[in-house]
Amino acid sequence: MASESGASIDRARAKAQTRLGASVNWGDVTFRQLTALCALGVLLALVAMGVEMVRASSDSIRHFGFGFVSGRVWDPVANVFGALPFIWGTLASSCLALTIAIPISFGVAVYLSELAPAWLRGPLGFVIELLAAVPSVVYGLWGIFVLAPWLRASVEPLLARFLGFIPLFQGPRYGFGMLAAGLMLAIMIVPTISSVSREVLRAVPTELREGALALGATPFETLRIAVLPHVRSGLLGAIILGLGRALGETMAITMVIGNRAEISASLFAPSYTMASVIANEFSEASAELHLSALAEVGLLLFMVTLLLNLVARLLVWQVGRAPLGGRL
Amino acid sequence: MRSYTRRKLLDSLVRVLCCGAVVLALLPLVSVLGYVFVRGVSGLSIAFFTELPKPVGEVGGGIANALLGSLEILGLACVLGIPLGVLAGVHLAEFGSSRFATWVRLAADVMAGIPSITVGLFVYGLVVLTTRHFSAWAGAIALALLMLPGVVRSTEELLKLVPESLREAALGLGVSRFRTTLLVLLRTAAPGIAVGVMLSVARAAGETAPLLFTSFNNRFWAGSLEEPTASLPITIYTDAISPYAEWHERAWSGALVLVSLILVLNLASRLLLRTRVKAS
Repeated sequence: MASESGASIDRARAKAQTRLGASVNWGDVTFRQLTALCALGVLLALVAMGVEMVRASSDSIRHFGFGFVSGRVWDPVANVFGALPFIWGTLASSCLALTIAIPISFGVAVYLSELAPAWLRGPLGFVIELLAAVPSVVYGLWGIFVLAPWLRASVEPLLARFLGFIPLFQGPRYGFGMLAAGLMLAIMIVPTISSVSREVLRAVPTELREGALALGATPFETLRIAVLPHVRSGLLGAIILGLGRALGETMAITMVIGNRAEISASLFAPSYTMASVIANEFSEASAELHLSALAEVGLLLFMVTLLLNLVARLLVWQVGRAPLGGRL
Repeated sequence: MRSYTRRKLLDSLVRVLCCGAVVLALLPLVSVLGYVFVRGVSGLSIAFFTELPKPVGEVGGGIANALLGSLEILGLACVLGIPLGVLAGVHLAEFGSSRFATWVRLAADVMAGIPSITVGLFVYGLVVLTTRHFSAWAGAIALALLMLPGVVRSTEELLKLVPESLREAALGLGVSRFRTTLLVLLRTAAPGIAVGVMLSVARAAGETAPLLFTSFNNRFWAGSLEEPTASLPITIYTDAISPYAEWHERAWSGALVLVSLILVLNLASRLLLRTRVKAS
């Protein structure tokens, strides 16, 4: 590790300097101090974010307490705020997105790290990551004019005809709603999950694969026997990172989910997410309590994603660090 | 013991499924880029880049104010975010064995996953409430915060790739730590760091949610950095959800400009990375 040896060089230098009676290089000390200050800035920014969110939502926390997360009525006119429909919308759309995105992302990751010919891996990985580079608002634009009309005209009638006996696929079909939001989110988190899981798969030493292949295993069996057992937690980390992205996604979802604060069993019905309600109402809210309630929705989102990211990072870091049996 | 053909078949099946997954993942990208290009290209003209938006019902006009606003906000964000991020990255790479550095590293990683809309809320409380108005400054601070984790981590990773021998050689010649870092390490790692920075800037360029209540929007030229300022992503958003067909066309053209900018940044960074790999 460069950093550790860097520190040991520093120590050796300091020792030599004191022995030689040389003075401390104040330029270096200042430089080190300055970089430390910048690093502290990063840490402080995160802490300040948390503090500010709590401050902004203190009114609402005092006023509603735990009822805030279980209340089903969101009525700015009557000053009654319950965030349950938004929490539901966020969780449901994210779960739907994960259901669609996980198999696809793992397929992509396995293809990129195990199956694809070497010359294709780089360019294909780059193209998949471009999916993450397209701005959310452009996805939203595409969602309004391409995805939602397509869902309304082709997909939803088909689902209703063949699977209409399940409550998930009943009710009026708008195109805009939970299904569109879930699909959109799936598209947006596939690059996250697949690129993290590809990195995790790559962290497995080649010797393990070679061992399995030498014993006569097919590539799929190699993956199952030699690779997957070492990367379970890393793959879980990749999924959690994807979930974190899905929970916080704002613009694209706001543009296709229909923005109606209702809890419905149907995937065709419009819904509303936590991020969307902040985006839609925050700049128009004037009542103190309304602003505070929106800030509390933001605080919930902040805390949940903070926690998820912490867990995911630890899981992914673990794979990079674990001894993994045969590493030479 | 399963028969050989069965094992072969299973392997082929998995192979086909994985290829299918790749195709499924790429379809939306092709569709999005295709639609943005086809529907956006017809609206592009000189006026689109040089004129203010026209009111509903009038033909012509452009989004010059949004383009300029986006450049202003993004430029300011770079000025604020990049030096801070690079210096913090230097700290993590060169003096990063302390417990403090581990916390900073974790904070940067976690910050990368914080929803951009909550960053907007934070800056609203921090800047907009204290100054009592929306401004380009507030938008720039929000974007700088979003760039920060990417810049910090890529600087750290790239500095760690610089061979230890270079560090020892410079220090052995009696060069101070400060000058070693500035003249030897950062210079060696510069192309790689530039790639990381460009990707972070590209990400920030497309962010809409954090600008909603920081730089807000403006139908005219913003007189100064202290005023609400139009930006490309916000303009695309408001045009897309408007009920007017002409505005929808404008949204597609705006999206084409935005996507082109981001694609160019991504491709350029990739080319830079490749030439660098070849050179070493």
